[in-house]
Amino acid sequence: MMNYDNILSKKASCIPPSGIRKFFDIVSEMKDAISLGVGEPDFVTPWPIREAGVTSLEKGRTHYTSNAGTMELREEISRYVNRKYNLNYNPKNEIIVTVGGSEAIDITLRALLNPGDEVLIPEPSFVCYKPCTILAGGVPVPIVTEEKDNFRLTKEKLLEKITDRTKVLILPFPNNPTGAIMEKEDLEAIASVLRDTNIIVLSDEIYSELTYNGKKHVSFASIDGMWERTVTINGFSKAFAMTGWRLGYLAAPAPLCSVMYKIHQYAIMCAPTTSQLAAVEALKNCDGDVENMCKEYNQRRRVLVDGFRKMGLSCFEPEGAFYVFPNISSLGYSSEDFAKKLLEEEKVAVVPGTAFGECGEGFVRCSYAYSIESIQEALKRIGNFVERHKK
Amino acid sequence: MNKELLSILEKNSRITPAEIAVMLGTTEEAVKEEIKKLESDKIILGYRTLINWEQVDKDTIKAYIELKITPQAAKGFDRVAEKIYKYPQVKSLTLMSGAYDLLLEVEGETLRDVAMFVSEKLSQMDSVIATTTHFVLKTYKKENVIFQHPDKDPREVITL
Ligand SMILES: Cc1ncc(COP(=O)(O)O)c(C=O)c1O
Repeated sequence: MMNYDNILSKKASCIPPSGIRKFFDIVSEMKDAISLGVGEPDFVTPWPIREAGVTSLEKGRTHYTSNAGTMELREEISRYVNRKYNLNYNPKNEIIVTVGGSEAIDITLRALLNPGDEVLIPEPSFVCYKPCTILAGGVPVPIVTEEKDNFRLTKEKLLEKITDRTKVLILPFPNNPTGAIMEKEDLEAIASVLRDTNIIVLSDEIYSELTYNGKKHVSFASIDGMWERTVTINGFSKAFAMTGWRLGYLAAPAPLCSVMYKIHQYAIMCAPTTSQLAAVEALKNCDGDVENMCKEYNQRRRVLVDGFRKMGLSCFEPEGAFYVFPNISSLGYSSEDFAKKLLEEEKVAVVPGTAFGECGEGFVRCSYAYSIESIQEALKRIGNFVERHKK
Repeated sequence: MNKELLSILEKNSRITPAEIAVMLGTTEEAVKEEIKKLESDKIILGYRTLINWEQVDKDTIKAYIELKITPQAAKGFDRVAEKIYKYPQVKSLTLMSGAYDLLLEVEGETLRDVAMFVSEKLSQMDSVIATTTHFVLKTYKKENVIFQHPDKDPREVITL
């Protein structure tokens, strides 16, 4: 009998499994459940992008590309982030095309961390920062963001957690799961703290195209003096509804990029070729598609927020991404119990806030990557549930 | 709010002003007023139901008919069009650029109905030079709606 426990890497085995796996399994097996649990667009990738992918296959473009991605795509990315977010990156040595934003996050942390280095992670936030930090030998240090601060990261909260071991600050905005954004003034405040340190910022801007109330996304690297200390991460999954294509990118000063490049080269070779060729079309010709999707998300966002508030729940108004994060603590259940009971009684699936950090307790994440009709039906059911369980 | 309001209604005319108000972040009153205005300005012309008749046991024949007309001065096309659209068989009529001038969508109960309408009514008109009739075999998409039964949501039920 092999004792696998002694064989497996201690570090990898010690990563806590997602605590709500069981809950997911129940949802998956339930036939007629309405789910608001999905973290990806309901839209199919716009047709011109799919067609570009198909055409590339027809032409026999089925080989590796250069490690960092095709030069054409890197040039388009460079132009895109410049026209959208006023960023300047050299496509030759400051941009790497990756397998989703996910890979970009991983290789950034691996390139930066020495054993014991601390990574500041504002929470609630996306689930990969913590395990990737641990795997890279770093120490995750959560920073709690609060509803009363609109779930933004404040200067004070940041200062509290900075030590002389702090290596990286993660800036996950627009945020999954809260939908919070950081406006220019908020970023300026963070910049003022970082300016005299050696802290590097990993800015995960994967939802940058999905912002509302006329508040255009501001890139951290565009703030005065911050370019030199920022790794900008973005991708095609959310803006262009391309989750299955597995394509993202990072942009950073050349000395940083060259180390990430090495990891990428040996671990990945290159991002999928079909996806890279299709992505050129996305960046060049699909602003209108993105705008239309964003308009629809915005309508749904208003319906969900309004629905929760009418139930008497406190619901922060998200201004980015496609999630709302209502506060359900007034019902007296934990997030997980709320989600379980709601699923059992009304067959609606939402994600407990605790999936995104301990401080997510008291909240649940509801995605609005669904048709208005599904959202309205889900709201009706949640409304019944809340009515029944109100304290 | 005009265009966004119109595109919401175009997708679903049964949605209530209260629901639209939430979606657009405005008041029910404002939406009602706007709709009233759009109706009286004849921008909103009606509220219809999109039906896939091919799924219903109803024998209708649909055809698109191209008409070539003798060259017309100024409002000439409008006058010819007025004569044609009065026929109840004509479901839609548009003036086109290119190899022909008018495009008609015609419905009848049988092939013969449609053929007779073309030969006895349209072809007899002085200004009509030529007609080409195309019968519809199958509709794939109309009013931006794909007629096939939609697939179920292909996504995983929960992703973080
Ligand atoms: C905040 C955030 N970052 C990164 C990702 C990873 O996306 P991808 O690897 O598809 O680019 C996600 C996906 O849900 C996300 O929510």
